[in-house]
Amino acid sequence: MARGDHKVGIIGYGAYIPRYRIRGEEIAKAWGQEHRKLPIKEKSVPNIDEDSLTIAVEASCYAIKMANIDSSEIGAVYVGSESPPYAVKPSATVLAEALGITPELIAIDMEFACRAGTTALQSVAALVASGYIRYGLAVGTDTAQGRPSDELEYTAASGAAAFVLSEKSEETVAYIEDSYSYVTDTPDFWRRDTKRYPMHAFRFTGKPAYFKHIYNAVKGLLNKTGLTIDDFNYVVFHQPNEKFPIRMAKMLGVSYDKLKTGLLSPYIGNTYAAASLIGLCAVLDKAKPGERILVASFGSGAGSDALSIITQDSLVEKRNRRPDIYTFINRKTYIDYSTYLRYTRSITMR
Amino acid sequence: MWEGVFTTSVSRVWRERIKKYRLIGGYCVKCGKRFYPVRSFCPKCGSNKIKEIILPRKGRVISYTIIRTPPAEFKMYAPYIVAIVELEDGTRILAQLTDIPINEVKIGMQVEAVFRRYREQGEEGIIEYGIKFRPVL
Amino acid sequence: MRKVFVTGIGATSIGEHWDKSLRDLMIEAASRAIEDAGIQKNMIEAVFIGNMSSSILQGQEHLGSLFTTWFGIPGCAAFRSEAACASGGVAFHSAYLAVASGLYDCVIALGVEKMSDVTSRDLSSALIMADDQEYTAFVGATFVGLNALVYRTYMNKFNVKQEDIAFFSVHDHYYAINNPISQFKFEVSLEQVLTSPLIADPIRLLECAPTGDGAAALVLCSERKLKSIERREGIVEVLASSVATDILSLQDRDDITTLNATKVSMKSALRQAKIERKDIDVIELHDAFTILGVIHLEDMGFAKKGMGWRLVKEGEIALGGNIPTNLMGGLKAQGHPVGATGIYQIYDVILQLRNEAGRNQVDNAEIGLSQNVGGVGGTVTINIFKGVR
Repeated sequence: MARGDHKVGIIGYGAYIPRYRIRGEEIAKAWGQEHRKLPIKEKSVPNIDEDSLTIAVEASCYAIKMANIDSSEIGAVYVGSESPPYAVKPSATVLAEALGITPELIAIDMEFACRAGTTALQSVAALVASGYIRYGLAVGTDTAQGRPSDELEYTAASGAAAFVLSEKSEETVAYIEDSYSYVTDTPDFWRRDTKRYPMHAFRFTGKPAYFKHIYNAVKGLLNKTGLTIDDFNYVVFHQPNEKFPIRMAKMLGVSYDKLKTGLLSPYIGNTYAAASLIGLCAVLDKAKPGERILVASFGSGAGSDALSIITQDSLVEKRNRRPDIYTFINRKTYIDYSTYLRYTRSITMR
Repeated sequence: MWEGVFTTSVSRVWRERIKKYRLIGGYCVKCGKRFYPVRSFCPKCGSNKIKEIILPRKGRVISYTIIRTPPAEFKMYAPYIVAIVELEDGTRILAQLTDIPINEVKIGMQVEAVFRRYREQGEEGIIEYGIKFRPVL
Repeated sequence: MRKVFVTGIGATSIGEHWDKSLRDLMIEAASRAIEDAGIQKNMIEAVFIGNMSSSILQGQEHLGSLFTTWFGIPGCAAFRSEAACASGGVAFHSAYLAVASGLYDCVIALGVEKMSDVTSRDLSSALIMADDQEYTAFVGATFVGLNALVYRTYMNKFNVKQEDIAFFSVHDHYYAINNPISQFKFEVSLEQVLTSPLIADPIRLLECAPTGDGAAALVLCSERKLKSIERREGIVEVLASSVATDILSLQDRDDITTLNATKVSMKSALRQAKIERKDIDVIELHDAFTILGVIHLEDMGFAKKGMGWRLVKEGEIALGGNIPTNLMGGLKAQGHPVGATGIYQIYDVILQLRNEAGRNQVDNAEIGLSQNVGGVGGTVTINIFKGVR
């Protein structure tokens, strides 16, 4: 993919984070775990009428608005999520119908834990690069649910990021220079069919999973392109908490300065399939033209997509066509644990 | 809880989806009346000269109420706000307001359309989506 | 069109009749009405039944045949008319047309509803069917909620305080005390009304008509049939019967605080009856919610838009006032078994015209009007009556 002269560009992007937040302390209090070190300060919580599909629609609206194209011109919709509202019935169809993209398109939902968003992005890019479609929409979205009282409850959050891709041109705000993916069968986090909450393998999710795969994906990308880590102005890693991406940066010899713009999980939690893509949106909202961004996602199971993205001139004007990421990060209302249970449908009326 | 018959009809939901997802209204060329959803005849003058309009997504609250004793399929959402929103082109629409505490709603406030879940056809049935309004960002 | 007379009236009390089924209620009301008229069952040629929700609440359709079977008049023409909460009123209209046309000489108009068989939540789902299922029920609006939208718009537009509208409830309860069939027979104070629980802001519990069961029936005869019935006094002539519809949903209307169907229907009724507003001695209007009471007075032309509340505050609608209204308790206190209400209202008007309203009697009541509304004004029917001396 992305070999030769035909590069794929991002012609529009957008992100959405629900309004509600629950503080780490609030969760700790509910479970008598106040002694615990909190992995993040607070996380986003969807309203009771939101799900991964509705937030994907909103993020996609912004991406299409920035792209300034007729939505019917979009030839593919790929939605990456591990929390779709239906186990069988794709979110991509509802999204496409709501946005006026139907009926002529390729549509599919994809699952690869927190990597599904970047994999959707790569897949759509391949369709564009091969000339199969002119415009494509890739979305990473999740309204992740943590098992009550489990570690992951502190971080499982909600968010969506959407990208409209086309051939690189003057209209695109950034383009994909190259990418590399590293995948193995590594059972660090999974959910069996019919079970509501996922399982994770605690410390095993670190070195053999998160760190190994991102490290190898990034190294692979550098080898392939001949770039060095210092060629990047910004670095975005998958961010299940605050610690992991910071340690990853150290491992690769990247300064915290280059990491911090794209590190949002302390404020919004782990938005799973949207996480690294929302980080990318945050960087795109700040970057200058001609800068190089490294994005490395990580999805349990396991795999990492590493992408090198270069910003273009039209980024500066176009990114203002929709509310920036901080509009959503700063729009917040704190809720207590019982409201959190209600909104995430953990308790309900019969 | 009352389930079955028309409340679990799939074809009913499917039939109305495009008007509900994309907010498709009508404009009577003859008398100028604007209405949602689009329909074959103007409700005011009866003319069939109707133009289909993709409605604007922003508007203001004309009137609102807070539903505290909802029908069965909405009980998990109560209390919630139902309002008449007048869109930028004058079309009025009845919809829920969301992402706002019930005591902060005011007549005249500016709102914008968002895609949300309205209700489900039971635990195993399909989900009905539609447009609600929230305070403009 | 021939003259039509109401020669008999009968009704059950209104309340939660746990021991009476829908058919029991219908038969009780019809039995009383024919006894009141002094006719034999076999003189009835047609029955027009007003009912809103028997399909949902009882799982029962085909009320016409059900009634003639259980009343014991097989062969008689019978069918149901429906216009949401105006079902009673439109059933009356059908009965009136039947006799006025000359095709029938003696018919019954009957209204019946049984609301206590289901939970209030399911009842709410049934009542919203009076509005658009796809675009109103879909957004979770309840029937009270729709009226609340009208209420808030009205208060905001005309700068009126809630207490001046809520008083309608106090008025209704006061007169219901002397009405033997009322669901409620106690007074309420304005403070009680204003502090009762919120149902759909700003509407409070004591501003809403209650849900209940009841059936009421009327016998209508042609002039030439009068010599065949026993009753000689208290016969009432139907001067007018009109029905009008309006745009179904509030949000599609130009003015949310006006029920256009009332205006259209009123104009037609006054013209048919060849009378003026001031000739009306007693009124029964459809105050399912206090705000409607105020708005109906305006839309019928007794006050300018936005001023109807003054009539209530200044005692004009009380006994002794210029526009005696809902002197048997109205919908709020007498009760509102939805499909039956239209017939109950006529029953109340006729008691007044017969001088049988007891402590609630208006002096020399000669001409009475009933106004019955379906949905939030999707249908309005107005009927005008004159006591025959």
